[in-house]
Amino acid sequence: MSQIVFKESLSSSILRMRIDAPRIAKKRKAGQFIMVRPTAQDERLPLTIAHADANAGWVEIIFQIVGQGTTSLATLNVGDKVADFVGPLGRPTHIEQFGRVLCVGGGVGTAPLHPIARALAEAGNEVTTVIGARSGDLLMLEAEMRSFSHAVHIATDDGSVGHHGFVTEVVKQLLETVAFDFAVVIGPAMMMRFTSELIVAKGIRTVASLNPIMVDGTGMCGGCRVTVHGKTQFACVDGPEFDASGIDWTELTKRLGSYRAFEEKRRDEHQCKLKVTP
Amino acid sequence: MTESTEPKKKSKLRPRNDMPEQAPEVRRANFAEVPFGYTEALAIDEATRCIQCKNPLCVAGCPVQIAIPEFIALIARGDFGAAARKLKETNSLPSICGRVCPQEDQCEKLCILAKKGMPVAIGNLERFAADWERDHDAAQLPAKKPLNGKRVAIVGSGPAGLTVAGELVKWGFDVTVFEALHQPGGVLVYGIPEFRLPKTIVQSEIDYLLRLGVKLEKNFVVGRTATIDELLSEEGFDAVFVGSGAGLPTFMGIPGENAIGVYSANEYLTRSNLMKAYQKDSTTPVLRGERVVTVGGGNVAMDSARTALRLGANESVIVYRRSMTEMPARSAEIHHAQEEGIRFELLCNPTAILADDNGFVCGIRCVRMELGEPDASGRRRPVVVPGSDFDIQCNVVIIAIGNRPNPLIQDTTPDIKVSKWGTIIAGEQDGRTPKPGVYAGGDVVTGAATVILAMGAGKAAARSIIEDLLGKEALDDPPPRDAVELEHRDEP
Repeated sequence: MSQIVFKESLSSSILRMRIDAPRIAKKRKAGQFIMVRPTAQDERLPLTIAHADANAGWVEIIFQIVGQGTTSLATLNVGDKVADFVGPLGRPTHIEQFGRVLCVGGGVGTAPLHPIARALAEAGNEVTTVIGARSGDLLMLEAEMRSFSHAVHIATDDGSVGHHGFVTEVVKQLLETVAFDFAVVIGPAMMMRFTSELIVAKGIRTVASLNPIMVDGTGMCGGCRVTVHGKTQFACVDGPEFDASGIDWTELTKRLGSYRAFEEKRRDEHQCKLKVTP
Repeated sequence: MTESTEPKKKSKLRPRNDMPEQAPEVRRANFAEVPFGYTEALAIDEATRCIQCKNPLCVAGCPVQIAIPEFIALIARGDFGAAARKLKETNSLPSICGRVCPQEDQCEKLCILAKKGMPVAIGNLERFAADWERDHDAAQLPAKKPLNGKRVAIVGSGPAGLTVAGELVKWGFDVTVFEALHQPGGVLVYGIPEFRLPKTIVQSEIDYLLRLGVKLEKNFVVGRTATIDELLSEEGFDAVFVGSGAGLPTFMGIPGENAIGVYSANEYLTRSNLMKAYQKDSTTPVLRGERVVTVGGGNVAMDSARTALRLGANESVIVYRRSMTEMPARSAEIHHAQEEGIRFELLCNPTAILADDNGFVCGIRCVRMELGEPDASGRRRPVVVPGSDFDIQCNVVIIAIGNRPNPLIQDTTPDIKVSKWGTIIAGEQDGRTPKPGVYAGGDVVTGAATVILAMGAGKAAARSIIEDLLGKEALDDPPPRDAVELEHRDEP
């Protein structure tokens, strides 16, 4: 259990891993996440499930190396076991036949978008997908998305692939020509905020999948609380998806920075140590 | 020693022996346990204070009816190993109960010597015997009945679940405990801090159950990884006991409560205890406020405020809306907190949490309260003193006003019944729920309460499971009491 059975780099800082976890592979639904503790010294990291195969018994996660936990996870290889792997957590995405659906993924947020977009397509929706990244080499899952999407649009900040600019600009154009019935937006908080504001302004029901700081992922700590329509909700058990029109984005963005000083200090200390003991 | 080998039945009332403990100014800067425990001589001296009542009232005060006079007599005789075994006949977690039970409201309250204000220190003695057994590696496994072919799933590895597991495994059941977190023990490991309950003690109690044959599945969230119905059907369990506790934190619903630096006590204590944020090289961050305010008056509030000191706070303040008299925390915990320099702002209720431009906590706004007429709980209701607003500067706020049960199991098990407080409805005396094969007990049924009440509920539910799966007559044929010697036992 919890052995890494597949690992590949999607870019210099983004990794795809498959973990042997038959129960979770069988049970998981689109939109749910897992908590992984790479080693017994690490924190518990919440990662949304990118894909799973119930028959083969693996669960796929895609993550960007950003902090100590993801760095630690990235050092593990096929055959290694993660210390802990638990799930599937959170409420699954509500899937039904809405009609025309817009799925927008930003950066590594494209990974959790993938199973949701796929499930929506399988439920008979016409799925239009927009994926964005800083540059072409950070783009992911384009081929997978194309396999079930009605159309796939791409935006890169540096213009190396697709539209030169942000996903918001592509979404804005699409909204002028297509009447969508439902939208899903997943990515960095700022991207979700501005994208969903455009879509919501058209009166389209939009959900965003939030990834706030959490400790246990089962409702115990309350660290992941977000304000939605003026009410405090726990992303781990009430979410991770919420009605984007009611999310307090300012609060979410601030709370995501809770430990920035701690992380920077640790990074500095770590680099110092590296210098003295080469 | 020979003088004190027999209980002194008619001796003049000697004062109760306190446990030696770390000095407040030392312990407020470390996470080591506060009391050191009795020495053998102190334990014998305390045990001989027990007058061995013919009709001991203390036992009636114990939710699991420990044979109190008997185990104390064994300590008085210097047979500490036998005392520990006597405890374990009825209480599978004595070293934990000896530390965290509210004895002053249970056994010790009813002790005949309590009339003179100096009850026998039953809790200290319980702790001593259990610790002695562990320290001398003298634990013996009780004899088990042969496997009876029935499988029981236990949801949650806290005190309720561990008690059911310990009971049923002795009766020959194949028992699996499912734990959502990566470490077993429930509130004993994520909630209660090291300085009050060292984690090695919890681990050794769990190891004992594993040696008895209990199976443990960590990282398994019942309700998500598998539902109760799936455990009963696909996974082939004959019964499920739900002891998932009260782990969902309650917030106050006041402005600013989502500012950075506002923690539920659960999160603060989990970061410190389970995730080891208190260790220097830990990768888990916790905001180490210079001034920390904890809201609440229970044991969890005391644990939080005292943890804050140990994490380096210059000032740790408890804000509680009633007076000291109504405070639900154990008096010993309040006393320890006061000794360590925790400031108590009593009759004081928060109305808002103040944050700076970046969203970090910078203070808490409170109003003064006064006590009015008694409310439904029988305690005098606090009433706001108009115009008494004032601010306390702080950079961390810990909300310790109580927990509710996590709704995950209730939401995914359609045919169990849930109260308006979110607790599972189960028989108080038998732990049975309306759903056949499903039992529940502990905080998930009562709402947040004590370790020993959860254990009492676990014992009751175990009895029901035995009765329902093996038949009523099975209860007349309990597992033998003779202990089996462990192979690696060290002679004391």
